[in-house]
Amino acid sequence: MNEPAIAVRELTKRFGDLVAVDRVSFEVRTGEVFAFLGPNGSGKSTTIRMLCGIVVPSAGSGHVLGFDIATQGEGIKQHIGYMSQKFALYEDLTVRENLEFYAGVYQVPARLRQQRLAALIEMAGLTGRESQLAGTLSGGWKQRLALGCAIVHEPPLLFLDEPTAGVDPVSRRRFWTMIYGLAREGVTVFVTTHYLDEAEHANHVALIHDGVLRALASPAELRRSGLDGQLLSVTCEQPMHAVTLLETVRGVKDVALYGTSIHVVIDSDEQSIASLAAWLAGAGVAVHEIVPISPSLEDVFISLIGSAARSRDGHDQSR
Amino acid sequence: MLSRISSIIRKEFIHVLRDPRTLAIVLAMPALQLVLFGYAINTVVDHLPVIVLDEAGDPRSRAFVAAFENSGYFDLRDVASSREEVRQAVDSGRAKVGLVIPADFGLQVLRREPAMAQLVVDGSDPNVAQTAIFAAGMVAQVQSADTLANALARQGLATSGGATIELRPVVLYNPSMLSVTFMIPGLIGLILQFQTLILTAFAIVREREKGTLEQLVVTPIKPWELMAGKLLPYVATAFLAVALALGVGRFWFGVEVQGSLLLLVALSTLFLLSSLGVGLLISTVSQTQTQAMQLALFVMLPSVLLSGFMFPREGMPWIIQQVGLAIPLTYFLQILRGIILKGVGVEVLFGSVLPLAMFGVVVFALSATRFNKRLG
Repeated sequence: MNEPAIAVRELTKRFGDLVAVDRVSFEVRTGEVFAFLGPNGSGKSTTIRMLCGIVVPSAGSGHVLGFDIATQGEGIKQHIGYMSQKFALYEDLTVRENLEFYAGVYQVPARLRQQRLAALIEMAGLTGRESQLAGTLSGGWKQRLALGCAIVHEPPLLFLDEPTAGVDPVSRRRFWTMIYGLAREGVTVFVTTHYLDEAEHANHVALIHDGVLRALASPAELRRSGLDGQLLSVTCEQPMHAVTLLETVRGVKDVALYGTSIHVVIDSDEQSIASLAAWLAGAGVAVHEIVPISPSLEDVFISLIGSAARSRDGHDQSR
Repeated sequence: MLSRISSIIRKEFIHVLRDPRTLAIVLAMPALQLVLFGYAINTVVDHLPVIVLDEAGDPRSRAFVAAFENSGYFDLRDVASSREEVRQAVDSGRAKVGLVIPADFGLQVLRREPAMAQLVVDGSDPNVAQTAIFAAGMVAQVQSADTLANALARQGLATSGGATIELRPVVLYNPSMLSVTFMIPGLIGLILQFQTLILTAFAIVREREKGTLEQLVVTPIKPWELMAGKLLPYVATAFLAVALALGVGRFWFGVEVQGSLLLLVALSTLFLLSSLGVGLLISTVSQTQTQAMQLALFVMLPSVLLSGFMFPREGMPWIIQQVGLAIPLTYFLQILRGIILKGVGVEVLFGSVLPLAMFGVVVFALSATRFNKRLG
């Protein structure tokens, strides 16, 4: 039986006139890490809330672990773990009391409880801190305790809503090691994040923007084909000035400044490295180097969101 | 299901025990309020400070002043030497009452003419002024009767057959007419309302503020389970506070519950429905604890002022009395005073129990529905 952990079709949520999620379809395979990316207000949270069965879709359908998201929210809630960036811990309860509370909420059988809690405390590196109040823990500890609370009932599917926001890089690394450990044990992980480097290790990456799914592929595929054109890195004198010039050139699809170099996406049919170098020289820009580079996920997403915004603006103007 | 509710209840008790502010509301407030209302807010007026200007200075005027003091209503605070000084003493608040006895007072008494004395009263507190005038009138009347009797006796006439009328009032339920006796039942109602309303509203809004409510919504907890888990602990602490208040009332102020304790608990539970309901309602419309507090005070104030807790409802204008009838505490106070002071049973209190039950069921049902909708 190889049923997907999550399958949604044409999922739509409207709030009055606002379409928060617009006909989104995707599948998440059992045991994979699925990264769900998008800027703030793009429809990420609404999608997660529909998947958890707490917001009813306006249209479309979906199943999570075989439960219908529109009608079987109770079944979904029993079998998923959920952790948000707020680390929903009770600060005046101790580490152990927090875990015990969620164990009671998820009705973990009493005979398994002590063993389960001990394992979670060890996994989170909280041994010796069981009696410490959660409010006195630092960010990384809180994050791992929140994860422990979310998986106290050993859910086969874990939702993580920006789990690493506001946590230092070392703790982030440690957290992801734990997440991939869970995935190896067969837990499906659905994660939203702002950090594109975190998405690089996911099995699949989805990009949502303005409620619309813009891309869905593995990170490698996205880097290879997500960019409509060729990515060049340009180093030159007065890069700020060069960016404004390049934006007007025919066949240049995207320009962005990265530190001291400029990333330029060109349409290979209309421009080449040689023609671009010639044009810049003609415009009086002293070019040091132009080289082709392989795009990062960040390049792909900025390009995707940029072209979506342009097509929308063009659409608006034509009306 | 039970394990989920008991998890929440256990957690709520940990919150209460670790939060000094909540503990203070539960434990210190009932005792503090009783002492405050029992001692400070004494609605019986006596021992009013008096300044006396005795221009006569003869045995008869001195007897009159002594009668004033002996009445218990007045304390001789000062002796003035001029009318100006009397005014100043009342102006400055050193004395509430000035008694001015003119020089010819004794002479007038001896001549059996109506003797004149002037009473200067600080009328800024009508309650005080009324008592002072009433008490002074009594003293004067008694003094005249004595004088008359003495005069008659001196003329060799006996007064034994005289037709004097003596009124002996019998005060029921609160024989010593202490304010605290009257206050304790009211306070119990107020404590029950305040605690359940504020603490339940806070317990829910705090979770919304901290973001833990968002987490609970994605767990298998059903809204009604969350509601039960949130309400029951504060029902328990409210009854603890009531027991505390009754204990202080019994052992410190000597106020005993005359009626059935069981009936008291049963009808208190009925009353709790409406205040828990209002607490829930506040929790559904507040985003922060500050908002919840403001709303709670907004609800509490009319209860305190119009229910008959502070001021007798009989003295209120008709329209305000009608507004008071829309406040559950009004009925509960009648019940509490009935059980604690009069020792009456449910058959007497029926007229208050019925509207209280109606309020409770309606308010609670509406709030619970709204709470479930907001969370579900």
